[in-house]
Amino acid sequence: MKIDKRRRRGQLWLRIRRNWQLYALLFLPVLWLLVFRYAPMYGAQIAFRQYSPMFGIEGSPWIGLANFERFYNSPKFEPVIINTVVLSFYSLLVFPIPIILALSINQIRSRLFRSSVQMITYAPHFISTVVIVGMLFQFMHPRVGFTAALANMLGQTPPNWMGDPGAFRHIFVWSGVWQEMGFNAIIYLAVLTTIDPALHEAAVVDGASRLQRIRYIDIPGLIPTAMVLLVLSTGRVLEISFEKVYLMQTPLNLNVSEVINTYVYKVGLLSPVLDFSYSTAIGLLKGLVGLLLMITVNNAARRLTDNSVW
Amino acid sequence: MSLMPSYESNINQVNESAVDRIFMLGNTAFLLIITVIVLLPLIFVVSASFSSAEAVIAGKVTLWPVDFSLLGYETIFEHNKVWNGFANSLFYTFFGTLFNVTMTICAAYPLSRQDLVGRRIITFAFIFTMLFSGGLIPTFMVVRDLGLLNTRWAMILPTGIGPFNLLIAITFFRTTIPPELHEAARIDGASDFRIFRSIILPLARPIIAVLTLFYAVNTHWNTYFQALIYLKDQDLFPLQLVLREILIQNSIDASMLIDIEDLVAREGLRDLLKYSLIVVASVPVMLLYPFVQQHFVKGMTLGSVK
Repeated sequence: MKIDKRRRRGQLWLRIRRNWQLYALLFLPVLWLLVFRYAPMYGAQIAFRQYSPMFGIEGSPWIGLANFERFYNSPKFEPVIINTVVLSFYSLLVFPIPIILALSINQIRSRLFRSSVQMITYAPHFISTVVIVGMLFQFMHPRVGFTAALANMLGQTPPNWMGDPGAFRHIFVWSGVWQEMGFNAIIYLAVLTTIDPALHEAAVVDGASRLQRIRYIDIPGLIPTAMVLLVLSTGRVLEISFEKVYLMQTPLNLNVSEVINTYVYKVGLLSPVLDFSYSTAIGLLKGLVGLLLMITVNNAARRLTDNSVW
Repeated sequence: MSLMPSYESNINQVNESAVDRIFMLGNTAFLLIITVIVLLPLIFVVSASFSSAEAVIAGKVTLWPVDFSLLGYETIFEHNKVWNGFANSLFYTFFGTLFNVTMTICAAYPLSRQDLVGRRIITFAFIFTMLFSGGLIPTFMVVRDLGLLNTRWAMILPTGIGPFNLLIAITFFRTTIPPELHEAARIDGASDFRIFRSIILPLARPIIAVLTLFYAVNTHWNTYFQALIYLKDQDLFPLQLVLREILIQNSIDASMLIDIEDLVAREGLRDLLKYSLIVVASVPVMLLYPFVQQHFVKGMTLGSVK
């Protein structure tokens, strides 16, 4: 047995040595990973310290959960958390739209029509966030925008939607739908091509209508992919919104548009008194919430549809 | 685009029931409406950018340029800040993407090899960054401590490897390169470096195209966050930050408007400028996209079929 073990270990070592050139290829990527992704995770411990640049990360005194308590007790806590969660879930709610689009495009026989619809609907994906938000401001400008022209035509006073706290979430989510639905439909369309044509043929023979075939063949075929994508986007939904939310913020809508990410940025890098520890603590909290959200949705998906990421 | 299944052609399309015909009519109408909704704002922006300042501010522009004029574009092209941002963005996008793609391919190939000891742990270490990160401030501190703040490096080095892109690349190698190929090459006396250079890289062209696209568009050209945190020096700003100043914060250099005496016309030019700027900023990617859309579709599909 002893010999066996030694031999196995020897073989392992041999395999490692034989592949040394593969490890050489991996060296820089792993080094990068350690420096730019794992060193920050180590540095995140300042959330539990009173960080001061003079003492550095390890030298600053431990203060336990004081930073978290401070956030919990601050008047910002409730609105920031609520805004983040509401905006996140609202963004998730529209996830069936690309599926509907894909199902609908999939029904079209004319190649030209089908590819034109696809080309056009996913073009906005390539427009940058700054430009999208710039367009929103321009279109909803209370003096020169579309909305102003429309309101004038109807004899109403032009609305200032970009400054309207009640409109912020709708504008945020629906402009996102406008920009991304075509692009997100791509995956579903690709999955639809993998559905066995024999199923459809059999259904046609049995006299199923198109709607019935969508209902009983196409949609069940899409559900596994939809669930995986839904779970993945739950994990990231607290993350990606920063760029757009930050751009859409105006002093007027701040009470609904201040989310964790923008608050972390302002506390950590923008305020006159930079509070690295406090900001890191809030960021860490967000990371944990994101992870929890993802696990919850994953479990729900597994229970409801038997599909999950893990 | 040959994305669609062609089962329709196999199935007898002679006798469609009335229900199906009504459904198809409704479906076509639905898609037409969607297409119009997506297209209208884009057409409006382009039309406005080619109109006169007076027409823009009077709200006369709808779907066609009114009083055709290139004033907006002329004003932009005389503006150094925009040019400078454009050049910077090109620089960051080119070198950044080069760095990203090189790193991703170098990591993905070894991690796709079934015989690599430790493959699972290293892959997991990359994927884990998708689930959890140190956060904004700790990352900022690392970049600061490395002395990269306010340098061009800060726009390139921290982007490194996107875990999602790495997954796509690993899947690509695993599904397109059979293990027998390695063994055969090994028996012929080729080293791993040699296999990588002479066999893998030529085969990897499609995935390199996909990665280049993903990184260039999503990580570099269209983002501003990185620049917002790491750069102070105006001369280093990428286009998106310059756009943010003009489009969002509405701060337009007075020198750009100085030739215009009339106050109303000046206000109009302000808006006209924005439309022209939107077009100028989006055109490079838009021009690229008909050529590369196939790759994009392929990449998205690769990512989903794990």
